[in-house]
Amino acid sequence: MRNLESGKFTFTGELEPGKTTNLGHMFETAQRLKGYVTAVNVTDNPQSFVCISSLAASYLIQKETGVETIYQVTCRDRNRIGLLSDLLGAGALGIKNVLALTGDYTTLGDMPQAKPVFDLDSVQLIDMMHKLVDEGKDLNGKPIESPPKFFIGAGANPNADPLEPELIKLAKKVFVGVQFLQTQVVFDIEVAKRFLEETKRYNIPVLIGIFPLKSYGVAEYFDKTVPGVNVPDELMEKLKVTKSISDKKKRRQKYNSINLEYFSDFIMELKRTTSASGCHIMSVGYEELIPPLIEAVK
Amino acid sequence: MIITEQKPKEEILAMLKPFKKVFIIGCGTCSTLCQTGGEEQVKEMAETLRKEGKEIIGFVVVETPCDARILRRDTRKKRGEIDEADVILCMTCGVGVQDIVQHLKKISVPALNTKFLGQTERIGEFYERCRACGECILFETGGICPIVRCPKSMLNGPCGGMLQGKCEVGGYKRDCAWVLIYNRLKEIGMLDLYRSYRPPRDNSKLAIEPREIVPVTKR
Repeated sequence: MRNLESGKFTFTGELEPGKTTNLGHMFETAQRLKGYVTAVNVTDNPQSFVCISSLAASYLIQKETGVETIYQVTCRDRNRIGLLSDLLGAGALGIKNVLALTGDYTTLGDMPQAKPVFDLDSVQLIDMMHKLVDEGKDLNGKPIESPPKFFIGAGANPNADPLEPELIKLAKKVFVGVQFLQTQVVFDIEVAKRFLEETKRYNIPVLIGIFPLKSYGVAEYFDKTVPGVNVPDELMEKLKVTKSISDKKKRRQKYNSINLEYFSDFIMELKRTTSASGCHIMSVGYEELIPPLIEAVK
Repeated sequence: MIITEQKPKEEILAMLKPFKKVFIIGCGTCSTLCQTGGEEQVKEMAETLRKEGKEIIGFVVVETPCDARILRRDTRKKRGEIDEADVILCMTCGVGVQDIVQHLKKISVPALNTKFLGQTERIGEFYERCRACGECILFETGGICPIVRCPKSMLNGPCGGMLQGKCEVGGYKRDCAWVLIYNRLKEIGMLDLYRSYRPPRDNSKLAIEPREIVPVTKR
């Protein structure tokens, strides 16, 4: 991931390990993305649904497939003691990249009765990571022997409405030492452009989040459940028409060509006109599109 | 004010099941204002319990049952009735219940659930506004508390669950505390207070252990 700083347009993917000890499917998916993406994010109990530990999964995916992982860490389930302890473990296990997030609220998931922790917020977690990595110290300034060397990332939301409170928070993330950003899903190129213009001054790599839509059903679900991000009407209409193609193979081909067209245009525009360092592709279950998409924008 | 809610009748009756003679204590301050343990509610409760076959030995609405001195003063004349009762039903907040247990030395049953420190808009409409965290930061946040009004108690701004100024938790009905703070600080020209990074809080000083304020001689 550090080659982000070299200026090469970079792609990252995302893996959502399930509520299981069997990572076979994750390994297969990671293999399929190998060579196309620089690294894959491994989510930490996304939407507060219990999954296998993102640290264990990050380590095993790296070990079994050789694909570099971005270990996602949220503040929902661990206090600063647990977080620092896991980060030291991640360093010892050879994890190179971490993504600091506050985490979804507990009641949104499958164990809404759980006690929410949130001892730190995402900005404070980045602060702790930065002190650990760059100063070899804990939050109290006490020295840490052989500190890990992480590349520290954070999330950001270009769709935030109002945007300024989000931008101020982002400035704090930069102030405490974040090294790269991966954004929430963006469909509207103008939203991406506006955000990149605002963040240019920080001179840190920004990966714009995109979400290829496997089917009309996925698009509809996404449109309804991801707040503040709407699938553009035109794209939605094309997917809707495709849904009624009865031949399964032809339908799949059509879905793929719609996505390829939309997202290669989007990525080419990003490359041509913005300072974006790359794209973070969140297409859980639709990995087949990633290789042709990346080929198309080479 | 401490906001309370009456427990369901079934739950109260289940706790009272082993006892026949009941003495009821209400609260003349918060629970009166909440209409959960004032004189009217105490009388209603006495009536309900009588219908369920309980013997109501007596009742008293103590001005502030959470204050040991007032509790002793207001129950002094009722000592005989309290002694005769098998149980005290406390229509007070949890502080009141524990003060009653400690000072009146009787088996006590809570009739209310203690909800939060709240602001009263009107009876039946209360909003939590203080978590009694022990280190007030209201000046820096434009008089809007993120500890209590943000479900994640975030200190540096809104999370990704904010949409058009509303909070994802609870289905976008409540305002995002950080958008309120941002708007307020902007309005009063003090946005720099939001721009400065707030480091992690020192929980060793905050609301984790039972907190006490005691004179030096008692420490």
